[in-house]
Amino acid sequence: MLSLSNVNAGYGTFQALFDCTLEVNAGEAVAVIGPNGAGKTTLMRVISGLIPARGGRMDMEGRDLVATPPHRIVDLGIAHVPENRRLFPRMSVEDNLRMGAFVPSARAAFSRRLEFVYDLFPRMKERRHQLAGTLSGGEQQMCAIGRALMSEPKLLLLDEPSAGLAPVIVQRIFELVRVIREQGLTVLIVEQNVQQVLRVVDRAYVLEAGSIRMSGAAEELAASDEIRRLYMGL
Amino acid sequence: MNSVTLPVAFAALLVVAAIVGIPSYPLHIMIVILIWAFTYTGWSLMGRFGLVSLGHGAFMGLGAYATALLWNYAGMTPWLGIPIALALAALLAVIVGYPCFKFRITGHYFALVTLALTEVVRQTVIATRDHTGGSLGFTPTPRGNDDTPSIVALQFQDKETWFLIAVAVWLVGLLIWRAVDRSMVRHALDAVSEDEDSAAAAGINVTWEKLKITVLSAVMTAFGGAMYVQYQLFVAPDTVSGIGISLQIVFAVVAGGVFTQFGPTFGAIITLLLAELLRIYIGTDAVGLDNAIYGVALVLFIVFLPKGILGSIEDAVRRRLDRQVRSSATSGA
Repeated sequence: MLSLSNVNAGYGTFQALFDCTLEVNAGEAVAVIGPNGAGKTTLMRVISGLIPARGGRMDMEGRDLVATPPHRIVDLGIAHVPENRRLFPRMSVEDNLRMGAFVPSARAAFSRRLEFVYDLFPRMKERRHQLAGTLSGGEQQMCAIGRALMSEPKLLLLDEPSAGLAPVIVQRIFELVRVIREQGLTVLIVEQNVQQVLRVVDRAYVLEAGSIRMSGAAEELAASDEIRRLYMGL
Repeated sequence: MNSVTLPVAFAALLVVAAIVGIPSYPLHIMIVILIWAFTYTGWSLMGRFGLVSLGHGAFMGLGAYATALLWNYAGMTPWLGIPIALALAALLAVIVGYPCFKFRITGHYFALVTLALTEVVRQTVIATRDHTGGSLGFTPTPRGNDDTPSIVALQFQDKETWFLIAVAVWLVGLLIWRAVDRSMVRHALDAVSEDEDSAAAAGINVTWEKLKITVLSAVMTAFGGAMYVQYQLFVAPDTVSGIGISLQIVFAVVAGGVFTQFGPTFGAIITLLLAELLRIYIGTDAVGLDNAIYGVALVLFIVFLPKGILGSIEDAVRRRLDRQVRSSATSGA
């Protein structure tokens, strides 16, 4: 479904990604794990078009992403849940969700999608008139995921959904990932919480200093001594 | 507050008043207020989304000078001249806006770019004094009593005609404000003003949405300028362009209320009455005093009354109504 080959990217003179190659097949959940500053967020931002790729090829279901602006990428079925949620804090929960359905193709389906998200997250329905900035951390993450689901994506990009959340909430967020998969969505997730994320994905890539170092099935990586030592503190 | 009925009712009231008869001087003040209110409404369309332009004098000046120059030198009726002026304003807005939005020049930096723009237009008018009259100002050729009908020249002797035109223009401005307020553009720009990255990730074409509202705002402001020159039959760089006017626009809208439909109109009433009072009671002894007052008042408003006078009144009324509804609900139960 999504394929990247030899993608480079950076900010100004600083290069953050070096020849990244990865593949996400339809229906899969794939994780990108790695330490702080490895380029995980940059990778997500390149895929959703927020920063340009400098060379390399990148396409979604055979359609080129490199020369596509971000609002068109949403149209191709990719929705990005940014790091730290990045809701519109002074807008209500429902208005945040409305913005998720901004692209013309999604606007027509707004009420149907809203119902879908409210079914998935009943808590969001209870809070629909509340300002998004006043939600708790876990609720904000739900709202951010809900906003992304409003555009009826095929591929969901989740950037560190567990960051800054209490351990018990983190559990629930990973549970959500499972629920989303059951809806038939493909998920690409970036995480530092390696132990937990490897339980909910099929495969994972290890990103270090801007390069893909390793990849493999989730159980395989979870069992690897190197991963256990470096990322799980075991 | 956002409606069609209220503006239409006000407009009808004004028209009735004009038919009954308003003395010439108040009528003149009201015409000027209505034309400025339209311009201010145009600015507020950008201002409410955090796109603070300190350069709307540029668009106003462009609208006024282009219309008048085309009339004097090309003999072109304002019916054609004004659309051309508006197209030029739209083009200028794109030339300045597109790079700013594309390269994410926001906040203070955007304000500084627009501040430079207004000065560029003012200096251009002064530099081309052979054609524009420079800082001495410019007068559209009166149509005289010859064959040009006044409707073609868009010049009218009587203030009543101008008053009706001004009311219509003002009403259209309020209706545009309402249309924007109820559109998806408004939601999109609210989102952009809160978090540009998130908005882009949600599928909003940030550059395009900002550009649309900027062009609309610039065109409205240019139209205000064209109306101004047609009515006053005189225009000078300092009365329609330059930093003084640009600041006056910002002050008026912030004072009136940038988030409400009638806020800019209220701001126009305040600034115009202030300017008239200063002119009558202080005269030419303290030129620039009005700008000094605007500057100080702007700071005070931003700190203490960021929603403006009308916006704050509306908030207070809404809170009181809420309380009443709630207390009647509890007493009912």
